[in-house]
Amino acid sequence: MLERTKSWLDDRLGLSKIIEFGSHKTVPAHRYSVFYYLGGMTLFFFLVQVCTGVLLMLYYRPSANEAFESVEFIMTVVPFGWLIRSIHSWSANLMVFFAVLHMVSVFFLKAYRAPRELTWMSGVALLFLIMGFGFSGYLLPWNQLAFFATKVGTDISGVVPIVGPWMVRFLRGGDRVSGGTLSRFYGWHVALLPAITFLILVVHLALVQVKGMSVPASCEDEAKSRKPMKFFPHFAMRDLSGWIFALGVLAALAALFPWELGEKADLFAPAYENIRPEWYFVFMFQTLKLIPGGEIAGIEYEAIPIMFFGAAGLLLLLIPFLDRGAQRTGRSRGWSIAGVAVLLWALGMTCWGYASLLPLYVVLISALLLGLLAFITRGSRKPEDR
Amino acid sequence: MESTVPVPRRRFINWLLGGTFGALVASVIYPIIRFASPPRIPEATTNQVEAGDVSDPVFSAKGFKIIRFGAEPVILLKASETEFRAFSATCTHLDCIVGYQKDRSQIFCNCHGGTYDLNGRNIAGPPPRPLIAYKVNLIAKGSEPAKIVVSRA
Repeated sequence: MLERTKSWLDDRLGLSKIIEFGSHKTVPAHRYSVFYYLGGMTLFFFLVQVCTGVLLMLYYRPSANEAFESVEFIMTVVPFGWLIRSIHSWSANLMVFFAVLHMVSVFFLKAYRAPRELTWMSGVALLFLIMGFGFSGYLLPWNQLAFFATKVGTDISGVVPIVGPWMVRFLRGGDRVSGGTLSRFYGWHVALLPAITFLILVVHLALVQVKGMSVPASCEDEAKSRKPMKFFPHFAMRDLSGWIFALGVLAALAALFPWELGEKADLFAPAYENIRPEWYFVFMFQTLKLIPGGEIAGIEYEAIPIMFFGAAGLLLLLIPFLDRGAQRTGRSRGWSIAGVAVLLWALGMTCWGYASLLPLYVVLISALLLGLLAFITRGSRKPEDR
Repeated sequence: MESTVPVPRRRFINWLLGGTFGALVASVIYPIIRFASPPRIPEATTNQVEAGDVSDPVFSAKGFKIIRFGAEPVILLKASETEFRAFSATCTHLDCIVGYQKDRSQIFCNCHGGTYDLNGRNIAGPPPRPLIAYKVNLIAKGSEPAKIVVSRA
């Protein structure tokens, strides 16, 4: 009976072909193999976001009069509401963290070389979408921090030439950040962005399947001499253990450090002291703080770093086409040095923005953990030891 | 003799179909873009606002308050025993709402550290322009504390 159902489904869905493909899928084995897990980890946090997000929608009300109160209700009255919302916030941050880590590792291993240019570009698009999720989700609790972060974030788009003023009004749903802005951001956060993200994510994952994992130029000999790891069950099981560990970390973070709600947005109160955006925007925030007022040739100074960040985003997207060296030889020292410089600057600005060395410690501890994990999972280099 | 234009039939049909399809797409996209662009709602212009009286305890405690001037936040501060001043509370840098640091006698924005003096001039940090000043009138009536009236300068 079971066999008949199986063959009936197989005739219609072609399952055996998918299983066949999966059973042959392998992951190259070399000393940097540990970096192959970072994308999967990002995916895990994204799935957590979808699940907890759908749950939060059961109680959340997107209006200026009710949003704050409904989140308060979730945090204080709804059973496990504090857990769901805190996990949503923590997982959002960890998703950004792992997406960035994933991108940094892909960048330094030059995995964007042909034929994986589109994998890189879809990945960068996903990172931008994640930041869009972060920015739009930030407003939803309708607290003071959300209000000012959105005021500043939307005002920034005003410096774009020609369409700037229209963009500010479009983002805000009017001239000012108001209940109308909340409706828009909610719609984008729960409908438009997930739809676009889902499409690009499917493309990104399909490209990874079709083109396989990239092997760094420095590991080519090693990867050739070693037997690649079967995706099922070996790699998938390792992925899964990572995911279970991550779920434990999320639960612990949510229980020990429940996400704050702050004070309800007051459209007529000054910004409070030490107001600051989420950590992944702090390096830009701190840079904006340093630019003095003034204008040159009709352009206000503040517009210069903002346009610079826009250009940097475009550059990031186009790296596979600009990095000629990596395309030819798999190596490009100049780009690697530039990458290190950008990371150091972002880290320095973040530390400055927090007036604390905590960001540096986080980076050092993450690097240490990744190194440790790489050491544990390095496997044997000698083919005869297998 | 009748002149004939040598347009191959297939190309003509393709052009016609392509044009029709383009017009169809445009007629779908245009209303969507217009719908998503927020309509301009005329706001009642506010020219004058009564902002309580001079004995408000907030002035001795914090030295300022933010008042609603229509939909705009305006900062009303006590510059000296007898003098009140009002400015637009919207920071000219990136739209945050400014506050008043009484001990330093300066208007300060906590978002990016913009600083203005008591004339609303941007003196430090990123703001590119001074704050717009508003007129403050004190209207005394008998023995009651004087009323503060803020109006557009």
